[in-house]
Amino acid sequence: MALVLTEEQSMLRDSARGLISDKAPVSHLRHLRDSKDPTGFSKELWHAFAEMGFAGLLVPEEFGGSGLGYVEAGVVMEEIGRTLMPSPFLATSVVAASALSRGGNAAQKSEYLPKVSNGSLLATLAIDEGAKHRPLQTSLQAVRAGNGFKLSGAKALVVDGHVADLLIVAARTAGSPGEREGLTLFLVSPRAKGVAIERTIMVDAHNAARIEFANVEVNADSVLGEVDQGGALLDGVLDIGRGAVAAEMVGLSDEVFNRTVEYLKSRKQFGKLIGEFQALQHRAAELYVDIEITRAATMKALQALDADVAKAALGVAVAKARAGTTATRAVQEGVQMHGGMGMTDQFDIGFFMKRARVCEELFGDANYHTEQLARAREY
Amino acid sequence: MSETESAELETFRSETRAWLEANCPPEMRKPATSDGDVFWGGRNAKFSSEPQRIWFERMRDKGWTVPDWPREYGGGGLSAAEHKVLRAEMARMGARPPLSSFGIWMLGPALLKYGNDAQKKEHLPKIAAGEIRWCQGYSEPNAGSDLASLQTRAESDGDDFIINGQKIWTSYANYADWIFCLVRTDPTAKKHDGISFILFDMTSKGVSTKPILLISGYSPFCETFFDNVRVPKSHVVGTINRGWDVAKYLLQHERAMISGMGERGVGRPLGQIAADSVGTDALGRLDDAMLRGKIANFDVDEAALAACAERAVDLAKAGQAHPAFSSAMKYYGTELNKRRYEILMSAGGVDALEWESERSKQGARPRAWLRTKANSIEGGTSEVMLGIVAKRILDLPGA
Repeated sequence: MALVLTEEQSMLRDSARGLISDKAPVSHLRHLRDSKDPTGFSKELWHAFAEMGFAGLLVPEEFGGSGLGYVEAGVVMEEIGRTLMPSPFLATSVVAASALSRGGNAAQKSEYLPKVSNGSLLATLAIDEGAKHRPLQTSLQAVRAGNGFKLSGAKALVVDGHVADLLIVAARTAGSPGEREGLTLFLVSPRAKGVAIERTIMVDAHNAARIEFANVEVNADSVLGEVDQGGALLDGVLDIGRGAVAAEMVGLSDEVFNRTVEYLKSRKQFGKLIGEFQALQHRAAELYVDIEITRAATMKALQALDADVAKAALGVAVAKARAGTTATRAVQEGVQMHGGMGMTDQFDIGFFMKRARVCEELFGDANYHTEQLARAREY
Repeated sequence: MSETESAELETFRSETRAWLEANCPPEMRKPATSDGDVFWGGRNAKFSSEPQRIWFERMRDKGWTVPDWPREYGGGGLSAAEHKVLRAEMARMGARPPLSSFGIWMLGPALLKYGNDAQKKEHLPKIAAGEIRWCQGYSEPNAGSDLASLQTRAESDGDDFIINGQKIWTSYANYADWIFCLVRTDPTAKKHDGISFILFDMTSKGVSTKPILLISGYSPFCETFFDNVRVPKSHVVGTINRGWDVAKYLLQHERAMISGMGERGVGRPLGQIAADSVGTDALGRLDDAMLRGKIANFDVDEAALAACAERAVDLAKAGQAHPAFSSAMKYYGTELNKRRYEILMSAGGVDALEWESERSKQGARPRAWLRTKANSIEGGTSEVMLGIVAKRILDLPGA
């Protein structure tokens, strides 16, 4: 598979870019932030997204989706990264849709996937409990009770957790925190008794929630996949999410970079365009190389996911690690090269810095993924 | 790609794999560790071992010293997709290149693009067969990074040029049979406009070379002197005074070649090599957390660069490559290779300090470490590469 977009993928990119840049430039996020919008994204825009087939992009055609792949999901994520559009795409259409498609039984798929496709159902994965991404450290307990289970524990940073209609909750049905065995995924209604949701306003003005589960009762039908065997399903779904976030970071890095290069070509100091200064030229060139390398690693990871999710872990780790490092560098250079203007709220560049920080934490930061590579290579 | 095409490619893959398994001697399936492991060809070439000879001759007979060149010039006539398959299959078994040569990497592509029929027929088959070893006469004492200010002059004398001047950093000039050389044919023209690209035999009267001893203890480079060397004008490749076009095209290939020098793809992971000397803790991790972190960061960057190198080829095939992209790759690849050897030295500790002993293969590691320092200088310094990216790709203002 060549590491360039096909004609169809380029067309998808163009249509996503058209819609997103038109309806959701950075000012869209700024407006939602300043008006303290209770939803945190535009439902109208989400429905337009769904009508264009983006909401169900990864959903198989038999459930009303487009049946496209992870490369295509990455294409859309990259465009989202360019304008920082807040949307349920990552949580619902990429992560939750993948969890349901890959782990769901026939009844679960036919109940939820068509609603994901038409944009009427928002869903999210509730996984991390501590400050850092540590999926195996899951300790939220699910104990057998009657015909089902009772869930007790808490989750931090559940993306879109305050608006989701369906929570996919990682819980421990056996074993101890740190072990892969004994993890189970549950489908839980946010309206179930004992669920307490607190929206957290994050640094980047995107949406997440802290969620507590106090003896929440679910029946046996709400198990996604097999009891105690959720580890492999979770690994795959997380890798899909990581690939998608890496693509978002490529988009935001590239956008910050383009804005910065344009600024270097227009801003004068000491009687010269600052882009004439070699110190800045070389830093810009280094950043360009970083972004190109990260773009290639991310495309490779997404193609590997399309080929076989179970075999894509190393490529995904490389992509997410590189994307984190590159995005951090891109936003730092962006702010620095914009000088004092880069520090102002009025200027958009700070929005990118904030979003990059959140993307870095989502599904494991660069350190986490670099460690995965070291372990896989046994040193 | 259609289903028929991809089926044909899979057939090619299985046939190639079978052929390589049957024909590549086991001794040639290990990474090269010393100069003797590399076969450079040429009039005075000697094989360091029988397996090296067998491997070279079998690959040459198949046209696979230059797999993607046309068959009429001794190549394998492979398509880009087939060539990718062959490279992947060779990497899979760790097969060494049968022949290393500036003729293959640099001059060949330039001749294929700019050479006339006679030049192609004369030189390409001999490059493919490893009969003639080439060196490159580009740099001069006052024209390194600022290559276009070169002064070696070629004055017209009937059907010939008379060449006078000096080159420096001429890799393996003391072993080379022929040179591809940049000379000034019009001293009055603007700096880039008076240069020609010319080929001549190193045994011509008036050519002399002197090796330069480097910090690695080796002398891969030479100073090369031309004292009234007579060369027919028919040896100019491309148009007289338009040699800069050829030179630039060739430099792209040189940069792509240098950026790939660090890529191994075979052999043990760096972290496991480090474990030999550093040791491991109870969990089997390197017993030096900082070093382990550096290696892991390196591995991420190396894997990402490999993806980017693959993408560069795919972009070129799709006609979407920026002509200056090889500068970006050259910059990153050489900086990364320097990092690799800093890590290897650090991982090796005192064992990596041995300069002369059987045990250390005559200091192979420290000598290789020192050699890598030239990577970000030769073929255009890292600073020149960044300048090219800034100006040609990013279109930043200024000189």
